[in-house]
Formats: sequence, structure tokens, C-alpha cells
Amino acid sequence: MTGQTQTLPAQRREGATSKRLDRTRLAAAVAPYLQVAPLTLTFAVFLLVPIATIVVVSFWDYDSIRVIPDFMLLNYEELLTSPVTWQIYLNTLKYAALTWALTLGIGFTVAYFVAFHVRSLTWQITLFMVCTIPFWTSNIIRMISWIPFLGRNGLLNSTLLAMGVIDEPLEFLLFSDFSVVLAFVHLYVLFMVVPIFNSMMRIDRALVEAAVDAGASGWQVLTNVIIPLSKPGIAIGSIFVVTLVMGDFITVRLMSGGQSASVGLMMANQISLLQYPAAAANAVVLLLVVLIMVALMLRIVDIRKEL
Amino acid sequence: MAKPRRGREPRPLGFYLLAAFFGLFVLFLYGPIATIVILSFQGPNGGLTFPMNGVSTHWFHNLFEQQAVGDFGGALTRSLILGLIVMVVTVLFSVAAGLGFRHRFRGSGVIFYVAVASLIVPSILVSLGIGLMFNIVGFEPNWNSSALGAHLTWTLPFGLLIMFAIFNRFNRAYEEAARDLGATPWQTIRFVVLPIIAPSVIGIALFGFTLSYDEFARTLMTAGSFNTLPLEIYGMTTNVTTPVLYALGTLTTALSFLVILGALGAVLLVQRRRARQGSDAGVGV
Repeated sequence: MTGQTQTLPAQRREGATSKRLDRTRLAAAVAPYLQVAPLTLTFAVFLLVPIATIVVVSFWDYDSIRVIPDFMLLNYEELLTSPVTWQIYLNTLKYAALTWALTLGIGFTVAYFVAFHVRSLTWQITLFMVCTIPFWTSNIIRMISWIPFLGRNGLLNSTLLAMGVIDEPLEFLLFSDFSVVLAFVHLYVLFMVVPIFNSMMRIDRALVEAAVDAGASGWQVLTNVIIPLSKPGIAIGSIFVVTLVMGDFITVRLMSGGQSASVGLMMANQISLLQYPAAAANAVVLLLVVLIMVALMLRIVDIRKEL
Repeated sequence: MAKPRRGREPRPLGFYLLAAFFGLFVLFLYGPIATIVILSFQGPNGGLTFPMNGVSTHWFHNLFEQQAVGDFGGALTRSLILGLIVMVVTVLFSVAAGLGFRHRFRGSGVIFYVAVASLIVPSILVSLGIGLMFNIVGFEPNWNSSALGAHLTWTLPFGLLIMFAIFNRFNRAYEEAARDLGATPWQTIRFVVLPIIAPSVIGIALFGFTLSYDEFARTLMTAGSFNTLPLEIYGMTTNVTTPVLYALGTLTTALSFLVILGALGAVLLVQRRRARQGSDAGVGV
């Protein structure tokens, strides 16, 4: 067991040692592949092959009861020439942009407060935990938890009525774009807080001190030191939020009460009607759109370097 | 305004504004959940909104006794078992891969980008893809085969990224010391590396379990004929109009909190054990 590190004076044992060294070197060369194999295989079987399946099926034909192997561009033609598609994409992008802007604003402020204004590490960790705990509960439960709050007879309306701010219940609170975006922000703001906080905690405090000593105001420290150095976290958070919103269907369905549509919801409806090839074509287009958006965001930052 | 210097200087006004913002944020996060927890204790005649019509545990009994919600127990059991399987597999695969990624090897870049792609590909797409694949091959989708795979495409990238974060801060001197003392590679991992990374591995386990336990979109097309809990809850949101829905929400939220507390307890235990054993250092010298 200890052979490699002991010095062996005896000539005859040198052959054995070098053979053993060869073996360990070989093992060291093969080990990474073996260690990565299970993960890679899982991704191959449950990610790459399914995506390839979607691409293939997107060219297939279908009728009301089954899918028919074929090669045709009709699914794409129908999808891309329909004004409904464009409208739905526009609507989805609107959700993504609004959610992104709001989660970024809130997430940055919260992370900034905890990272730079809370002084003790124990408190920083405690407040950070307070922010992350709701993330562990069911998304659907968190969505429906807005209903008693926003409904026609909900908490907010009855409070406003009692205070005399409004005369009749506000109708736009629930089952509207407002409630959809609110639920998105509630669900995904943590995806912004966590990476930004992570980036901020790694900023060398001496840099901030140096900026202050050089006469920078608080605002200048924020815009010239902290924001540029938080960029990786902002990029990672943005990727999460944007991709989650782009593919969502359940939040849109539940919170808009069926009044609004998103790309994911359009797909989910096609799936429930067993129009798999149409859903697949839709999926391919959605995937391309999401990949382009992420590629644009990755131009700002190399996330592998930032981990 | 923003002087992050430690010390006893007075807090600037900005601090109080930001603290107030933080307070509102916490209210925003917890308020709605608190609302449904309170409403789940509605009296038997209570509705989905305030006012409270008496206080009772009626809706919790309703959840268990009358089978008003379909197969709630079965869905819960399946979700728990699936979550545990996903947790174990995620920990094993991502720790192994994390160790592998510490060395340069061919294809490491490709595998990394596939992992990142797995995070950004919309869930419904993964769901549809796996469902179609099983369909074409002729396998029956099931919660412990296709749904398991679908969940792993969501939990493994998180596990791998956490492993990256750990090993980027890992001090290799400990391993070199172990090697110099004659430890085999396996001994080095077992007695040096694993104990050091243990708290983060518990974090990966927690991620794996809760992500799977709550996953809806990736389960939709892959669960086969038996529902998992999120599918069951989703079914309820569309056809149940009593506070039994809130009872279910309260119960599953409480369960999630128990899991988090358990994980935090485990981390604390590991750290305390480490502190105790660490204090032995040098005693024998």
C-alpha cells in the first residue's frame, strides 16, 4: 500500500515498482472518465436522446388519434405563420421581461443589504436563510397561497375597502397579467438573490474601502465597484429567471385563470390534445429562442470561471 | 452613505431604508403562505377566504379520512420514495463527477455545457421528450423510471455546480499530506476529502430531495398512470373549492420545513463532531 512513496534500494524490486507506477498512472488516467460516466449517461439518456426525439417527431404527421412517422415541414409552417403564435411569444416575452426587471431590482437590493449593510456574519447567514427557506416549499402551493390574498373578497381588497381607499373591489388583482407576474416574482426572486449574494460576498472589502478613501460617494461605490463585480451573479440569476419564465405553463394557467397564454401553455394544451408533432415543433422553436437568449447573456460572463 | 466598515460608527439613513425594504420582502415571501396556514384551520363551514368561520382541524381530517382528494396517501408515498431515490442518486453521481472534473480530461467542456443545458432547457420540453421517447420505444412511463430520469436532469446539474463551487475552494494541501503519509487514493477520498466536503454534500442531498419532491412540469408527461404529490395537488387546484386545499398546503409545507430542519441539524452535527475531533489535534504529541 505504501510502495509508491518509499524509497526502495533493492535493484530487483525496481521492476515491480515501475509496473505498479504504470498501473496507478493508468488508473489515474481512466478514473475521471469512470467518475463522470454515470452523470454523463443520465444526461445522454434523459436529456439528449429526448431532445433528439422531439426534433425528429416535430417533422412527423398526426391525426386526431395517433402520430405518423413522416418528414414534413407542415408543423413548423402552421406554427410560424399563425399570428396567434407570434402574439403568444410576445406575451411570454413580456412576462419574462417584467419578471426579470422586478426580480433583479428586488434581488439586488436584498442581496446588497445583507452583504454590505449587515455587519456580523451570523446575522448575514441568518437573514440569507430566512430568504431561502420559502424556496423549499411546493411551487403550486405558493401560487395558490396568493388566491385568498388577491381575490375579489380577498385580504387586500377588504383591507383597502375598510380603509376607504377604494369603493369597490379591484378586479385586476387576480386572474390577470398582474397576478401572473406577481406569482413569478414570488416564485423566482430567490434565483436572483442567491447568485447575486454569492457574488457580493466574494467582493474584497478592501476594494470598497479603497474607493471610499479615494473619495467615492456611496452611490459611486455602488455603481463603479459593487455592480460591476456582481455581474456574474446577476447574469446567472437572469439566466435562471428568464428560462424558467419562458418555459412556464402552470403559473400562467393558474394565476391568469385561463385568460392569458404563454408558449409553455400552448405546448401543454397541444400535448393534452395528443398533437405531439405540433407540440414538438413548438418545443424546438422555444428551445432555440431560449438558447439564443442564454447565449446573449453568457457573452457577459464566463460562468464556469465564476463558480 | 454605503460605508460597509465594521465597527461602531452610527448607521447611515440608507441602512434603515434598506432594512425596511428587506422587512417588506420577508413579508412578501412569507405572508401568503402564512395566510393559507391560518385559513387551513377554518371551521367546517368556512370558505376559501377570510373571515374565519370558527377554528377547527376539520379540513385536515377531511384530507385523510374521506378520501375527498383521490389518492392523497399514495401520491405522498410515491413522492417521498421518488425524492429519496433522486436524493441518493444525485449525491452519488454528482460527487463522483465532481471528483472526476478535478482532472483535465477529454470532453469535460462538452459535459459541463450539457449539464448547463439541462438547467436551461424548459421543464415541459424534458417532460415531452422523455414521454415521446418512452412512447416510441414502447416502454410504459412510470414514476420510478421515466419520472426518475426526468427529475435527475434537474437535480444533477445543481449537484454538479455545487461540487464545482466546493472544489474551487478546496485546499489540496490536505490531500497531498495524506498522500505523503502513504494513503491510497481511496483512503484519501474516504478519510480526507469526504469529511471535508460532507456539509456541502448534505446540501446537495437536500437540493435533490426537495427539487424532486416539488417537481411538477417534469413529472407531467413522465409519471405514467400514478400521480406524484405535485400532480395530485395540481389536480386539486382545478376541482377542489374547499379549504382542504389549504390543509394540504399546510401539511406539505410543514413536511418541507421538517426536511430542512433535519438537514440543518445534520450539518450542525457534522460540524460539532469535527470541532470535537479537531480539538484532539496535537494531544498525543
